[in-house]
Amino acid sequence: MSTLAIDKAGPSRKVKLGSMSRDRTWALRWSYFFLVLFAIFFLTPPVYMLITSLKSSAEISAATNPWWVFHPTLSNYAELLTSNQFLRFFWNSAIISITVVIVTMLISIPAAFALARMKFWGSATLATGVFLTYLIPDSLLFIPLFKMLAVVQEFTGITLLNRWYVLVFIYPTLTVPFCTWIMIGYFASIPKELDEAALIDGASWLQTLTRIFIPVALPGLIAATIFAFTVSWAQFLYPLVFTTSVDQLVLPVGITTTLIKGDVFNWGQIMTGALLGAAPPLIIYAFLMDYYIAGLTAGATKG
Amino acid sequence: MADVVVEQGRLARTASPRKKSTSLRNVLGRKSTVAFFLTLPLILLIAMLVLYPAFYSLYLATLNKAMTKFVGLGNFTFLFKRETFWMVVKQSCIFAITAVIFKALIGFIVAHFVHNIPGKKQRKWRGMLLVPWVIPPAMSTLAWLWLFDPSYSAFNYTLSFFGVGPIPWLGDTFWARFSVILVNVWYGAPFFLIMYLAALKSVPDQLYEAASIDGANWWQKIWHITLPMMRNIIAITTLFSLIVTFANFDIVRILTSGGPLDTTHLFATWAFQVGIQSSDIPLGACVSLFMVPILAVAAIFILRDVNKRGNEA
Repeated sequence: MSTLAIDKAGPSRKVKLGSMSRDRTWALRWSYFFLVLFAIFFLTPPVYMLITSLKSSAEISAATNPWWVFHPTLSNYAELLTSNQFLRFFWNSAIISITVVIVTMLISIPAAFALARMKFWGSATLATGVFLTYLIPDSLLFIPLFKMLAVVQEFTGITLLNRWYVLVFIYPTLTVPFCTWIMIGYFASIPKELDEAALIDGASWLQTLTRIFIPVALPGLIAATIFAFTVSWAQFLYPLVFTTSVDQLVLPVGITTTLIKGDVFNWGQIMTGALLGAAPPLIIYAFLMDYYIAGLTAGATKG
Repeated sequence: MADVVVEQGRLARTASPRKKSTSLRNVLGRKSTVAFFLTLPLILLIAMLVLYPAFYSLYLATLNKAMTKFVGLGNFTFLFKRETFWMVVKQSCIFAITAVIFKALIGFIVAHFVHNIPGKKQRKWRGMLLVPWVIPPAMSTLAWLWLFDPSYSAFNYTLSFFGVGPIPWLGDTFWARFSVILVNVWYGAPFFLIMYLAALKSVPDQLYEAASIDGANWWQKIWHITLPMMRNIIAITTLFSLIVTFANFDIVRILTSGGPLDTTHLFATWAFQVGIQSSDIPLGACVSLFMVPILAVAAIFILRDVNKRGNEA
């Protein structure tokens, strides 16, 4: 862009322009060079997952060149996708993540609406509190939560430990604060004239929310949904602590605990499982990259 | 502002002659009542599943192993006398600080390279470079575990051509610490990249053009323009990452489970081992509580920055 501008500047600048554009080409070449290096660093593990998943266990133990598949086979995929155990993990993960997304939205949308538009006693404090809650990591709460569940189970007789459904109640603690926080931002950015007009026309608060706020803030809503889904899908610590029976496990825990049998690592299957487990977030990312990035970077999240 | 709106709304409603509102309806229709019901689920969730456990953990930390007797600060003094505890403190700090520094550096450098290339291609490169951050960490760490495998390590295979190795990636204290940090940097750097890239794009081009006319070199441009313009985003991203890295669990748990000889344990993984695996819940709660001071300091700084940013906007 600026080269164009300099082009018109006249002949006296020509010498300078030559060196500047040469500098630019070199800067570009170096950029590409380093980008390729970093891309190799960033993509090696996923590519290696794919390579290993296409190998038979015989080829893996033969210790040939690990970076190449000599006899590609889909047997690992076939085995896992027909194994009831693996499908069970997948199903558990899917049902938990979807339920958590719904619960999260039902809690955080109304709350964000109230916090963004209705100034009431303590609303500012509550908004800050929600944000602070988001900063409390799961590794701080898993022990007291475990004990709490055990105590509640003892008192009420309802089995809570080692049941996948308890995760549906626990995961919202990770998703709701952040989703509320970003929804507050999105709702606050909607011009006040819109809901003023609706109120004057006699709409109730709920109607304002469903007819105006949700449709207008839809991009934010999608971003929040994606965030809630990926966080629940990737969560590892809580299911590891709260569930132990094979039929109650979610994907990340299931793969790390059941596919590793004693000292025998069936790496072909582990990598296939890991790749299949990474597939849903990757697919969402591939199709909705902008929402994904918007959701996970709004207000700075994790990493 | 909002109050005016409400007044108008209420006026509009009371003005209509057909609606005769009873007192109950008045209460239900009042703004604060509606707001209370809308935020109630959120408040309940946070109170029951975040705040209560947090304080419960304080209580648990004062019990003995069988949770029958109050021992006060007994667990804390017990921890202070254990060598493993101090090792965990040291390793957690080394891990978090080193990993965050490298994540920030790599993120900063790569963001510049991505920013340098023509706009159309940026999207493609950005999409590729963010992949580590999209894969659930438990899954990608398995791939690293396989890359670090003692007998079939693909890294050692490659390095053998250069006459290096074999390196005991997870078997030796130094290399195990190196590996956990490497994996964490790999997972977290894309997050910095995307934050910094957004920040870079918000720096007006005119500033750089003015600087070039004044004869500034690239280093002066970064030091006097880029860094000051990005200061806020750098601070907030680093603090966030510090919290998450400090509280990390997945990577260390899967890669080393704290080994060799507990030298790679972080607070989270050690608390898991002590509290859940050895079922000494009070001691585990005690260990994880040691994260609170550092998290609190980071949280205070973040909150200050967020508020500042809110006021500027």
